[in-house]
Amino acid sequence: MRRYSPAHLFEVSRTAHLIVVPTRFVQVETVLTIDRLRVSRGGSLVLNNVTAEVASGRVAGLLGASGSGKSTLMRSIVGVQRIDSGKITVLNLPAGAKELRRKVGYVSQSPAVYLDLTVIENLNYFSSIFALHDTRVEEVLERVSLSGARKQLASSLSGGQRARLSLALALLPSPAILVLDEPTVGLDPLLREELWDHFHELASQGCTLLVSSHVMDEAERCDDLVLLRDGQVIFHSSPANLKASTEADNLDSAFLTLAKRAKNEF
Amino acid sequence: MSSRRIFATAKRLLEQLRHDPRTVLLLLAVPLVLMILLRYLFGSQLVEFNQLAPMLIALFPFTIMFVVTSIAMLRERMTGTLERLLTSPISKLEILLGYGLGFGILAVLQVALVLLLTFGPLDMRISGSISMLLVFSVLDALMGTALGLLLSAFANSEFQAVQFLPAFIFPQMLLSGIFIPRDQMPQALRYLSDLLPLSYAIDGASRTSLTKIWTLASSIDLSVVVIAIPLALALGALTLKRQTN
Repeated sequence: MRRYSPAHLFEVSRTAHLIVVPTRFVQVETVLTIDRLRVSRGGSLVLNNVTAEVASGRVAGLLGASGSGKSTLMRSIVGVQRIDSGKITVLNLPAGAKELRRKVGYVSQSPAVYLDLTVIENLNYFSSIFALHDTRVEEVLERVSLSGARKQLASSLSGGQRARLSLALALLPSPAILVLDEPTVGLDPLLREELWDHFHELASQGCTLLVSSHVMDEAERCDDLVLLRDGQVIFHSSPANLKASTEADNLDSAFLTLAKRAKNEF
Repeated sequence: MSSRRIFATAKRLLEQLRHDPRTVLLLLAVPLVLMILLRYLFGSQLVEFNQLAPMLIALFPFTIMFVVTSIAMLRERMTGTLERLLTSPISKLEILLGYGLGFGILAVLQVALVLLLTFGPLDMRISGSISMLLVFSVLDALMGTALGLLLSAFANSEFQAVQFLPAFIFPQMLLSGIFIPRDQMPQALRYLSDLLPLSYAIDGASRTSLTKIWTLASSIDLSVVVIAIPLALALGALTLKRQTN
């Protein structure tokens, strides 16, 4: 879906009734489109009519309280969530398509690593699944600063180290899109800062990131925001627009304003 | 289908076990201890021991592998690593074949040790073929692995997975001919036992240790076991859901 994007310049967001202020007049490629997605789990509706877009090379933040449907949306994007209706298109393919499994990296909320394997054994296993060169494992180890812990069992790693190992496994095949479910939870501020720098570095290399968080101060570091509340998108634009439209000077109060506004509409 | 990914998965399983020596020790030592127990239970009744032991040599690895595999797969599902694999290029069948290969290697080791012990220090004598008994026992262990993988898809917790042993394996054991020869069972139970793969696994081990003569019945036993393994794996790949609620 390559196009010059007047749509991005003046499009009025249907869900949030906000005018999107022009950012850059450049060629924009939409790599992720979510169209009227509905998902229910255990009989209750978790995602209700979610529509959103993410452009290439951006760091998009998916924000919302716990239980707002962030993880379910992310699982739907990587194709492991059964959906009721709607359409998700990733790199012009339906979500979960076989061709996407090398191109979309996913890091779930709790680190999905083999606790009874060492760091290097974890990486080597996924490296052979993706048929990668050995040097790639070293690169990624360096990248997430786990070189010193390579021979350590994953079970003996700290929470932060485990999260980084989980991220490393997703980074291995150099995916075009990274879907990260609360990657900075429980990390100290310094490490969190480092990770966000790393996310932007990846984005500058052309990778598109979708990062979920329930901490509003992380929203500042995103290029685009999708705010979820009770399974519905209540805002979809840039952090600057969020502040402008709600006349709030921080994102927390902006979120409050939006949540109240959404409530009043019912 | 990529053999690289299958081998990588088998290697990964064995690496996991290497970091868990106690499990390996249990896996390899428990059948040996059970055989020693059985031998001394029978004391001087060598004829009976020689008759029963081959069936148990086939049964123990089957049961142990069934439990170990279903728990291993369940753990993979619960820790999220299965989901990670399912979003990677590895196919469901490759995952299962990797498991089969990894645990298969372990099964060969397990059965070989049991045979060394029983035919060595425990002084077991059979008039049939030791190598065919080895073949049947390893195939039975593989069948246990395959069935464990298949059934683990239906367990949502360790509690449920462990219950599959009494719920799924014990009835097969009762009907397999170890306790009462299958031709002496009531008609209905006889038919039921004909439907269960373990019956053929036990029959095969028992028949091949009684005589070196290969009969049609031996061929049937072998074929059923050989077919049951890929069938269970294929069904396992079908029941392993990429998309879940």
